[in-house]
Amino acid sequence: MSVRVLYFASFRDVSGRQEEERPIPPGARVADLWRELVAEMPGLAASLTGSMPPAAVNAEYTGPETPLRDGDEVTFLPPVAGG
Amino acid sequence: MYLKEQPLDVAALLAGVRHSDGGVCVFLGVVRNENAGRPTEKIEYQAYGAMAESEIGRIAAGLAREWPDTQVAIRHRVGELSVGEVAVAIVASAPHRAEAFAACRAAIDRIKATVPIWKREFHPDGTTEWLDPSAATPSRSPTAPLPR
Repeated sequence: MSVRVLYFASFRDVSGRQEEERPIPPGARVADLWRELVAEMPGLAASLTGSMPPAAVNAEYTGPETPLRDGDEVTFLPPVAGG
Repeated sequence: MYLKEQPLDVAALLAGVRHSDGGVCVFLGVVRNENAGRPTEKIEYQAYGAMAESEIGRIAAGLAREWPDTQVAIRHRVGELSVGEVAVAIVASAPHRAEAFAACRAAIDRIKATVPIWKREFHPDGTTEWLDPSAATPSRSPTAPLPR
């Protein structure tokens, strides 16, 4: 089972990548993936105020407890700054 | 498509809304030459395209529900913009000015709050930073190498 993780803005700078495939264990949730990413790339959490930034699965905002499915597109969003 | 890689055509956007209405309100967000006291040379807007399109669509649908008589057109630039260029354009057309102003204001406020678009400032000294509107002052940390 794997998901595709997209990186934008400062998260793209920290990770050094635009996207990647990541294997995930069955039953993994959004927050589990975030913890794994931060363990590998502590810089992702550098300017974070809460425990996890807003997340999106398949281009829709979702919560930390959302279960991940094979092939999902997952994104953690640094502070948005449109307009 | 709400996101555009080319300069926004405000006249065309205006022409696209009803003209029989009593009030038309236009908001243009323009690239400033400084931010928090630091000069800005240019701005890069990066978007999570698919999600930004659907989020703006959701905002537009919400505006249409709340102000049923008001027509709202929205465009947002992505890519590199020079000082003075229009980054976002909103046109709201309504029978009376109150609804036009209200819908226009709500549109830009909601866009800023939730649409996955990010803004990187380029300074004359060669440093760059991703803007964090939620921070009291812009974060100065990610100030180094340009993306690949």
